[in-house]
Formats: sequence, structure tokens, C-alpha cells
Amino acid sequence: MRAAEEIRHTRAQFGIVLVAGLREIWAHKFRSLLTMLGIILGVSSLVAMSALVAGMEKGAKEALVAIGGLEKIRVESQELPPDQRHLTDQAVGITINDVYALAKNSTLVTRLSPEMRLPATLSANGKTFRPWLCNGVWPVALEMSEHVIAHGRMINDIDDEMARNVCVIGTATRDQLWGSPEEIGREIIPVGETVYINGMPFVVVGLFQHYESEQDRKERLARELAPPEAPGGGVARDRGRRFGGRRGNFVFHLKNSTVYLPLNTVWMKFRSGLSFSGLGSSFQSVGGAGGATGDPRLSTLEMRIAGVEVLTEALQQVRNVLMSTHKGIEDFSFRTQEDWAEQINVFIRNARLSGVLIAGISLLVGGIGIMNIMLASISERVREIGIRKSVGASGADVFVQILVESVVIAVFGGIAGLAASFGLVQLLASVSPTENAPIVQASSLLIAFGFSALVGVLAGVFPAIKAARLNPIQALRYE
Amino acid sequence: MPLVELRNVSKVYHLGGEEIRALDDVTLDIETAEFISIIGPSGSGKSTLMHILGCLDSPSQGTILLDGVMIHNASSRELAAIRNRKIGFVFQFFNLLPKLNVLQNVELPMIYSGVGGKVRHERAMHALEQVGMANRAKHRPSQLSGGQQQRTAIARALVNNPRIIFADEPTGNLDSHTGEAILQLFRNLSQEGRTIILVTHDPEIAAVTPRRIEIRDGKVAEKVDIKLAGLDRAPIPTAGDITSLPDACR
Repeated sequence: MRAAEEIRHTRAQFGIVLVAGLREIWAHKFRSLLTMLGIILGVSSLVAMSALVAGMEKGAKEALVAIGGLEKIRVESQELPPDQRHLTDQAVGITINDVYALAKNSTLVTRLSPEMRLPATLSANGKTFRPWLCNGVWPVALEMSEHVIAHGRMINDIDDEMARNVCVIGTATRDQLWGSPEEIGREIIPVGETVYINGMPFVVVGLFQHYESEQDRKERLARELAPPEAPGGGVARDRGRRFGGRRGNFVFHLKNSTVYLPLNTVWMKFRSGLSFSGLGSSFQSVGGAGGATGDPRLSTLEMRIAGVEVLTEALQQVRNVLMSTHKGIEDFSFRTQEDWAEQINVFIRNARLSGVLIAGISLLVGGIGIMNIMLASISERVREIGIRKSVGASGADVFVQILVESVVIAVFGGIAGLAASFGLVQLLASVSPTENAPIVQASSLLIAFGFSALVGVLAGVFPAIKAARLNPIQALRYE
Repeated sequence: MPLVELRNVSKVYHLGGEEIRALDDVTLDIETAEFISIIGPSGSGKSTLMHILGCLDSPSQGTILLDGVMIHNASSRELAAIRNRKIGFVFQFFNLLPKLNVLQNVELPMIYSGVGGKVRHERAMHALEQVGMANRAKHRPSQLSGGQQQRTAIARALVNNPRIIFADEPTGNLDSHTGEAILQLFRNLSQEGRTIILVTHDPEIAAVTPRRIEIRDGKVAEKVDIKLAGLDRAPIPTAGDITSLPDACR
């Protein structure tokens, strides 16, 4: 007498089950397509969202490097805290004395760059321009703010010592006063030209290189390499360029419109009360201490510390020195790039989270759609399942068959979703407010596709179990 | 050893607290190559008996040996395997899959026994030849007459070379002429040495089989037609009321 276990069940070949699943999906083309739509949307939004966030992240990191990295600290003047309000008239503000004191006493500070901001109007070549930043600086500002001289030279110590009327400008100023290379067809290098700053003549001794994001650089190179087209097309292109340039990444635009003057020049020529220009009075009134002595206050003091890891100690050290020179009056505050980096990280994290949430919900909805359609499908195929069981299909065979159909729908939806995501990315790139083009990452494609397959499995399991458990006798009687 | 041995098999259903004995202590032997009909009015338990014999269901009590294998406590997975290899079903409503053509329908049992593509095709074609349907292999069931569909179903039942073929009211949905042809087909298969069990409520159809198992209220009463069984030339020791049999069937 043999036991029943001797009869081993052979599983139906996977290829046949797969073909049966495909046939079933093909038999209900429209229904399957609608079901896939949920997955298509889910996958494409997952890919597009992550591409968008990746683009933003890259842009933000580039910008962070462009403004000097994490080791930079800015000391800015600040209104006194309430309990020191009565000492307002004794507050000296940040002065050049602080710079010398810090240079002497703060071991963790490697570089100090005082800045004296000048609200300035530049005019030359019959045009005027108000740059974002016109600062009196020390030569060290070049390294401090990660500037690179493309032509000419940076202002030097002698310029500062002698308070010479020299300046270094960026490409934005050049473009505004002399014209951009795109507009006039050749690059003008205004080194040696005279520019009037608030009416006072200055000699341009240097020109910064043109700063731009990776994305802008690629676009510009592509434009330069492309052969000239028909005139109509060329004009449209040019306008697009100018529009793009204006709304371009703010940080890079800011950097390009920087003007550097020697610190002493700003102090002596513009803040001494001996201004040649009628504009002088307007900013003299800003500094209460004006008059013949001039306003010795720095607008900001930038410094670079030995490393990000000693940031807290360095801040404390600088604070101690400044508290001593300011006689205990806290009329200054620190601003670190870390705040900004942190903000970027928080923003990126939030953007990523909301993207994942949106994509996750659409994938979930897609999965529910698949489950719904599979449940409908098995209830209209009860008899078929009964027949299959009567000729020897085991519960596992039926389970696999239903699961395969569900997974095939989801995987097809996933593939279509990957294709659709490229279109969606293009769409997002054209409407997105930033210049940071979305970056489609291979890993996000892989993850999105994996999730679509997973959703197919999860959505198929319940209907498949339900189908596998059908009693063959009742299933055969089902009408 | 008989092909099928049922010993004291009972099947009890519980419907709303009420106990229904669909099969009550049935003991039965079926030999290889027998041509048997199970007959009884609806609700008599004949369907339950067929389901248990056909491994679609398990008994509440008793033991069953099919081809030397105990099946009364087999798992649903093992029952599926036995149905696949040892049992063929023919149903009243044909039960072909409408989306598959005739050939694919006949191939279906072999898909679940893992027969490779080429052998599967050959065996399906051979089975279709046996029932005279080889020329319709590419037709869909909806393009066939009832008789042709039933022939296809018989080919599907034959294709895995089973030990027993069950036919549940195989002529119930056919006109009398076609039904006669289908019964003739079963008769031919029986003569080729196949074990066939016809389940019917119609005594006229049951009359074609030498052995009749009559079921009433879950209990079995057996009758053997000596003439059909080819036993009329020799005395037989079983059932005492053989002589009055033809009338009893009516």
C-alpha cells in the first residue's frame, strides 16, 4: 500500500503560465491599460520627482561652493539686545580694530576679510549700472569669496595703502556697461578703462571670470558649438538666452555683479565726508558718526576658520575677542554657511519626502487598481478556475497564474512609466522655476521599477489566494 | 486488487445546524476496465460519490484506495496531482475554456503534469483523433456543436491516459441522436479496456452499462446486468434478484 505523498505534483511550466497571463491581459486590452495607468503615473512621478530633487540638490551644492564653502563665517553688525539698549551710543560697531585684534588673538581663524559696503552706481561708456555688491575689501577677499581673476589683476596691498582709485569688476558689470559677448559678438576686456563710481573716476584693473552653474555652462558651450542657423531661429535663440540669463541662478548672478575696491579707498573717498558727489550725503547720514572723521565701521567681516569641525570653538573664540574689543556690548552677530547648508539640506529632504509621498500614493492607488481588477477578473473566471482544478491544477498553480497576471500588468505599467518619466522630466524642466535641470538617475529608475513589480506582487497576492482557495466542486457549478 | 476500494465511506454536511448524510457507510469495489453507471435521483448522493471517487472532495469517514494509493486523507495538493494523472472528467456542460482552441483545451491537463511542448502537441492530436476531432483542432469551442464540444471534452479526459474516466450526465445537454453517438464513444472506449463511470439520473442511459450502482439517500444498491456483462452464459453468485433486473431499471 502506497501513501498519497508518492504522487508528486509537477508545477506547470512558468513559460506557459506567463503566456496564459499575457493572453488574459491581451484579451482585455483596454481594461489592462486603464489598470496600468495607475502604475505608469506612480512610476513616472517617482522618477521625475527624484530627478527634480537631484537637480535642485546639485544646483544648491554648486551655489554653496560658489559663495565660499562651509568654513566661512560672516560677522555682521546687529541691533543691541534689549538689556543693552541703553548702551546704543557706546556701541562702536565692527571696525578695522576688530580685524587686527582677531588676527592677533584668534588662532582658529585662518583668514580675515573686512568689507565696507558702498551703495554705488557705476557709469561708463554712456551707460549706468547698480551692482549687487560694491565693497571696499582687502586683497584677501579674492580667495575668501572664491573669486578668480580672468584678466588683469586683483587690487593689491599698495592700492589699499595708497587708497588708489582702482576696481575689479565682474562680467555682469562688464555686460551692462560695455555689452556682453553674446550681444556684440566679441568679448570686451575693460581692463584699463575708466569707470565712474558715484561720480568718481576709477580705473578697472581686473575682470573676474564668468561664474555660472554647470548647467548654464553646458548650455552656453552647446550654443557656441552649434553652427549658426537661419537668422529667424538665431534671434529667437538669443532672446531665449537673455531671458534665461536674467532669471539665472541668483547666487551666480550676484557673484558676477560684484565690484571690489580697496578698503581704504572706500573709507577715505566715500566715507570721510569729503565726497565729490552729491550722493555722498545720502550715505553719510546712514553712519551717525559721520563728519570729518568718517565712518570707520565695516559692513561685514568675513573670516575663514581652520576647519568645519572646529566651527563651534572658533565662533566662541571670535566672540570672546569681539566682546573684549566691543567692551561687552553685543552689537554683532555671526552668520555661518552651515545655517544655509542646513537650510538646503532641510529643503532637499522635504522636497524628497513630498516627492516620495506623492509617488508612493500614486503607486498605492495603482496597486489598489490592480487588486480591484484582479478580484473582478477572478470572480468572472470562477468556472475557468474550477475547470483548471478539475483537470489537475493545484492551488499553487492557480495562485501563480493570478499572481503572474498581476505582476505582468504592474511590470508593463512600470516599463511604460519609465518611458513616460522622461517626458514628464522634460515637462517639469520647462516649467520648473529653477535653472537646475532635473537629473534622471539610474538608481531612481531601478528603484521605481522595483517598486512597480513589488506593487504587482502585493496587489496580486490577495486575489491569488482567493482564487487558489476556490473549492473546485463549487467553482464548477458556478454560473 | 480492485482499482478502487471504498470501505465504510460517509460524507456528512452541516447545513444550518442540521446534519445531512450525503453518503452513508458506502462500501464498494471497482475493478479495472469496468463500465459502470452510478444512478439515482437528484439529491441521492450520486454527485457526492462521484466527487469523492474523482478526488474532488474528501470523505468525512472511511477509507478509499485508488490504484493502491490511500486518498481519503490526502491533501488538496495531492488530490490535484491524482486528478491530473489518474482521473479524467467529462461534464454535462462540457466545461471547455472558451478562450482556448480545441487543441489547447486538450493540452490543458498536460500543462499541469509538466509535459513538454512537442510531446504535448502529439498526445493531444492523438486523443483528438480517437474522438474524431482532429480536423477541428484550431477551432474555438464556440464554433463547435454540442456533440463536438463533448468529444473535445472526452479527448481532454483521455489525454493523460487516466485510470478512470468519470462522465457526469455526459448526454444531458445533447439531443438524443448526438447523445447516442457519445454513449457509443464511451462504449468503444470501454471495449478498449478503459474504466468508465457514468453518472446519470436517466435509467435509459444507465442501461448501456453492465454494472449499475443505484444510490438512494446516500446508500448503495447494486445491480448487474448479466447480459451486458457477458455473464449470461455462466451462473453468478452475486445479487439474488438478477432475473427481474430489466424491469427494475425502468
